[in-house]
Amino acid sequence: MSNENTSGTNYIRALTIGLWQENPTFRLLIGMCPPLAVTTAVAPALTMGLSVIFVLVCSNLVISLLRNLLKPHLRIIMFTLIIATFVTICDLYLRAFHPRMSEMLGPYVPLIIVNCIIIFRAEACASKSGPIVSILDAIGTGTGFTIALCILGGIREILATGRFFEIPVMPAGFVPWAAMQMPVGAFVTLGLLVGLANLAGGTKRS
Amino acid sequence: MGFLSVIIVNNFVFTKFLGLCPYLGVSGRLDTAFGMGLAVTFVTTLSGVLTWLIDFYVLTPSHLEITRYICYIVVIAGAVQLVEMYVRKFFPPLYDSFGIFLPLISTNCVILGLCLFINIWGTNNLLEVTILSAGTGLGFTLAICIMAGIRENMKLADVPKSLEGAPITLITAGLLTLAFMGFAGMIR
Repeated sequence: MSNENTSGTNYIRALTIGLWQENPTFRLLIGMCPPLAVTTAVAPALTMGLSVIFVLVCSNLVISLLRNLLKPHLRIIMFTLIIATFVTICDLYLRAFHPRMSEMLGPYVPLIIVNCIIIFRAEACASKSGPIVSILDAIGTGTGFTIALCILGGIREILATGRFFEIPVMPAGFVPWAAMQMPVGAFVTLGLLVGLANLAGGTKRS
Repeated sequence: MGFLSVIIVNNFVFTKFLGLCPYLGVSGRLDTAFGMGLAVTFVTTLSGVLTWLIDFYVLTPSHLEITRYICYIVVIAGAVQLVEMYVRKFFPPLYDSFGIFLPLISTNCVILGLCLFINIWGTNNLLEVTILSAGTGLGFTLAICIMAGIRENMKLADVPKSLEGAPITLITAGLLTLAFMGFAGMIR
């Protein structure tokens, strides 16, 4: 196995690469359905982000532990089944302890199963690396995703209702931009944010 | 919920934000887009009907709802396998042009989303389920073809460098949703 030094840098790389360079929403452009659907406010965005981190970490860990037992042509269905199990757990938890959030997120929680991010990370990382690297990669990517969701949710919530996380932040005379609550606001804001990310980091081929 | 409603008024791409990964990835050319749309329609109709049948006749009577997501995903994966085999046998050039995207349909949000929404809407007869499933697929096809047509022309337009590719597609999609909102309220 590799010596201690490279393992150390490997771990740091696994943890941080998902935050910016391979940020799933702004750079890799995968898993775009939740960013548009649940970011009408910061609270659901945060809930969705945390759920994705949970599912990512658990499924990456399990897949990494099982990686030597996976037959190549069956692996996608195996990944999906493992992910589906953890998403079911997450959905039941949300329905029991946070019913209001669960109502708001609706069918988008089970849709985490088909979220491209999780399958992509399983394929690209967990099926090829040890458990610790996989967990760190999951935390990094999940956090990058959550940050992206919260930025989008924050912009939309502030412009649409003048509040951030249900706390009023805009001055009293602010006229809310109703369009931000609607699909238009979602698509256009995300498009502009990805454009900004391209400006900041150089254009990446989608 | 009606057939036209699910194609136009409640289009799955524009109002429910589903199916965006293939939407952004494939909608560069009209003929590929149309082919993908038809493949998705085939899979949605098949999966919608099968998952509803399983839910109605197997899961609910035996109180196994907790396995719902797992069952749905297995059925969808099977349906996509079927479509893949069919396309490979009868339309080989189309199969080659799809590449990685055909198996990727099994992770397409539209299909699982459709099965979940049929559950939520509480539809309880087979004909309605079939029509809604087919309609959703056709709505996706409509959305992806409109996008492909616009994108073909946008190649000649003067798009700022940082907005090229996905960002301008997203902004265009946003304006399309605005246009489709004009249909809201026409049909329930």
